[in-house]
Amino acid sequence: MINIFQNYGSQLWQGFWQTIICSIISLFFALIIGSGFAILETVPNKWTHLIARMYIELFRNIPLLVITMFFYVVIPMYFVKISGFAAGTIGLTIYSSAFIAETVRSGIQSVDVGQIEGARANGLTFWQTMVHIVLPQAFRYVLPPLGNQFINLVKNSSVLAFVAGFDLMYQGNVIASDSLQSMNAYLCVGLLYLVITLPLSYYMRYLERRTLKGGA
Amino acid sequence: MAMIEFKNVQKYFGEFHALKNINLKVDTGEIIVVIGPSGSGKSTLIRTINGLETIQEGQLIVNNHDLASKQTNLNLIRKDVGMVFQHFNLYANKNILENVMLAPRIVLKRNEAENKKIALELLEKVGLADQTRKYPRQLSGGQQQRVAIARSLAMKPKCLLFDEPTSALDPEMIDDVLNVMKDIASDSDMTIVVVTHEMGFAKEVADRVIFMADGKILEDDSTAEFFTQPKNDRARRFLSKILEH
Repeated sequence: MINIFQNYGSQLWQGFWQTIICSIISLFFALIIGSGFAILETVPNKWTHLIARMYIELFRNIPLLVITMFFYVVIPMYFVKISGFAAGTIGLTIYSSAFIAETVRSGIQSVDVGQIEGARANGLTFWQTMVHIVLPQAFRYVLPPLGNQFINLVKNSSVLAFVAGFDLMYQGNVIASDSLQSMNAYLCVGLLYLVITLPLSYYMRYLERRTLKGGA
Repeated sequence: MAMIEFKNVQKYFGEFHALKNINLKVDTGEIIVVIGPSGSGKSTLIRTINGLETIQEGQLIVNNHDLASKQTNLNLIRKDVGMVFQHFNLYANKNILENVMLAPRIVLKRNEAENKKIALELLEKVGLADQTRKYPRQLSGGQQQRVAIARSLAMKPKCLLFDEPTSALDPEMIDDVLNVMKDIASDSDMTIVVVTHEMGFAKEVADRVIFMADGKILEDDSTAEFFTQPKNDRARRFLSKILEH
């Protein structure tokens, strides 16, 4: 294993960073898009509800690899040329956002209806109530499942390997075939994934504990 | 001048006819107590006044706004019509002071220093000036309800609605809340509508008592008249039962 790190250090390093960058970009946009659709689903309007439902059900129920391949193969064919990294990141973002939307929606719906009525009776608009009362509590409720989604997202970024995204998994494949030491190559890759996911997992736990100490 | 006026109001929950042909006028500054058995439509009635429930037929004018009209901006009505709920409904993610300051800050755009001053005065008035940094779940039910009252008062409403404010409280907490409500009733010129089972409070504070059953207003009398000689049979039976306790 050590000689893998010695001989292929720069590839592993590049893969490691590609995975991190892809994960951060996906996480950022998936959280925004997912939360957006979660809110749309809870808005008391049947059209926005329907649109959100369709988006979530569509992308939650198609394999990540299929979504990614669509962006990698179909989009360049008819629209613009995009790199494997971009296609993979977009695919991962959309796929993850559907799961995050479901998670955040369950959080929004577990906020006590009485508080929402209290806020509306106090003169707050629907959106003011969302921003100040509902969402802060919703995110606290769903911090543990959201942490799961984040970890899944990092691991799912290995889909980049299939579209030449130069991520950790991709480099692992290259190193395995080049060095003929498959086991060691994949052990290194697995280790480097842990380097990303374990701190993330502990950080989410820390956030959970901290919010438990604070209000509600 | 009428602050609240119901004209032939009908309210349905699906098939269920919750409010049957309600006609009621509440003048500015009047204090009204609504009583009646459970399921009689009291809470539904009071919740239509600030638009938490919609009405299906008739006309409901509150502070010169027509609640039956789709063009009416409910938030405009709610600025002037506060509500205190049975289960307090405080914001669990905000401390006591923030609970009181939030709506004036973002709805009325009241400046921060003045907002804080008013909030602290109100919390002092309801006897909770030393609890401002606590969160709702750290307070007892009676304390939470007094915060909820302060939160409503902070908007400086013209009208205040109380929906069974003491029904969820332990007996020893009820008086604290009723005393605060009596203070408000005696030293403000707000229009106040209270749904309650507290007959002592009604006798002492109300200008008029409304008795409801089965979604209808059966009796609408001055307080003295209601407690001494109720006209309606149902009201008489209800009174004799509740006053025995």
